[in-house]
Amino acid sequence: MVKINLDYGAATPVDPAVLQAMYPYFTEHYGNPHSLHDLGEQPRQAVAAAREKVAALLGAKAEEIIFTSCASEANNTALKGLAAASKSKGKHIITCAIEHHSVLNPLRTLEKAGFKLTILPVDRYGLVDPEQLRQAITGETIFISIQAANPEIGTLQPLPLLTAVAQEKGIPFHTDATSAAGFIPLKVEELGVDLLTLAGDQFYGPKGSGALYVRRGTRLLPLLEGGIQEKGRRAGTENVPAIVGLGEAAVLAREKMAARSSSLAALRDALKEKIFAAVPHLHLNGHPHLRLPHNLHVSVEFVEGEALLLRLNMAGIYVSSGSTCTSQALKSSHVLQAIGLAPELAQGSLLFTLGPESKAEDAPYVAEQLSRITALLRQMSPLYHKYSKGG
Amino acid sequence: MPYNEIIMDHFSNPRNVGEIPDADGVGEVGNPVCGDMMKFTIKVKDDRLEDVKFLTFGCGAAIAVSSMVSELAKGKTLDEAMQITNKDVAAALGGLPGNKMHCSNLGADALHKAIEDYRKRQAVPVAKTEESGGGCCCSFCDDDFDCPVSSASPGPTCEAKVQEK
Ligand code: FES
Repeated sequence: MVKINLDYGAATPVDPAVLQAMYPYFTEHYGNPHSLHDLGEQPRQAVAAAREKVAALLGAKAEEIIFTSCASEANNTALKGLAAASKSKGKHIITCAIEHHSVLNPLRTLEKAGFKLTILPVDRYGLVDPEQLRQAITGETIFISIQAANPEIGTLQPLPLLTAVAQEKGIPFHTDATSAAGFIPLKVEELGVDLLTLAGDQFYGPKGSGALYVRRGTRLLPLLEGGIQEKGRRAGTENVPAIVGLGEAAVLAREKMAARSSSLAALRDALKEKIFAAVPHLHLNGHPHLRLPHNLHVSVEFVEGEALLLRLNMAGIYVSSGSTCTSQALKSSHVLQAIGLAPELAQGSLLFTLGPESKAEDAPYVAEQLSRITALLRQMSPLYHKYSKGG
Repeated sequence: MPYNEIIMDHFSNPRNVGEIPDADGVGEVGNPVCGDMMKFTIKVKDDRLEDVKFLTFGCGAAIAVSSMVSELAKGKTLDEAMQITNKDVAAALGGLPGNKMHCSNLGADALHKAIEDYRKRQAVPVAKTEESGGGCCCSFCDDDFDCPVSSASPGPTCEAKVQEK
């Protein structure tokens, strides 16, 4: 049976080299890096080495990296930590409308606690306007958080332009780079960011591995309090295997990023061409070229995304959708709302994310199946019938 | 897979898809919760539903619900068909996930509307039958997870909550 995963945004397999590097830290070197005796030695060195590796991916210094359990924890640590540390300076925070829930929800919590939140709109491609950012800044603004790339529509923000505005005013800038890390270059100096979130499971590292880059000198209070792990910035015994895995994934990302991204982009472009040729009334969402290399997001007019997804699943093709019907809470994707996509088109949205097992042969099969399934669902769609009657 | 075998069967092989060209009654409803749509067309002979067809723009559950409603209704007298409730449909489908109960309302409502439309055309005055309502009949609508027992324990009060969402 055919199995074509086009939902790598949900999970990626761990690279065999990463897994290999992790093994000994479950068994042989299971020690606690904080032990003073010999069992702590190897794990301690491994964590230090992983820190260097993640720092190298970002062009940062090792001591600027905090290991976390996931991207959500890194985002919460950054946002709540910055807010707590800069309360006395002001209470205003700026973000944008298409951030991940692990950014928007902590910020809403801060808003309830008395902080003022400005949520910048985005244009129809999902881009934040640097000029609007400039105008939103007040004397009270304590930090800005704007993502590097959108996990849904794949749009890449013009970070250097946005951070330049923040730097003029000396305001710390955090970016959630979870879906960008490993696929596009993220040198913190070039981006001009002060904090950056990433997670290993997005680029062939293990689940349960995340990191927060915090520029030296940035004031941050810890989210998890307890022991003095991570120099007191994140308590809790280090998940050594996950940290080692993240480090290894960072090395692979650095070595292979250019090749990986260009081959993913080529496969993505071929898939896009094939499905657009096969399926009429298809719409591309997100930016035509400022987007993640492995991301393709479309709307299939007149049909609903969950029905498409289930049918594609029956054909061995795995995708996701931003339709209200696919969300447990039956809410439509806030990202698709923010880019102003018509509700019927949001209902028919499909997200394809390519990954390590994606092949050129997939595209014709996916296009053929998508065209067959779309035709079938349109056959039973009142909207399509209305359209074909010219109504 | 969030759905059981009966639902998947009706979803993958929906019965009675289409639109009856010279229908005796047409019923169209929109889904208040998620914005989806259903349209039923019926053919009536001797007070019985001789033919029932549907068109649906909606999720897997909505498609399975339409298909099941069409099967349940076909061959029934109009009065019998008016008695079909969303609970009957959910039960016939072996239960729907908690957050999908609202999709089952669409089917019965669209069918009832088609019958009302037919009766209006015949100008037979009828007592307005109680709608199965735009809300969910389960007590789990606030849950963010699939509820395996939702169809078993209907609670009448959550209509408003679902509308709010
Ligand atoms: S039609 Fe939208 S959830 Fe069923």
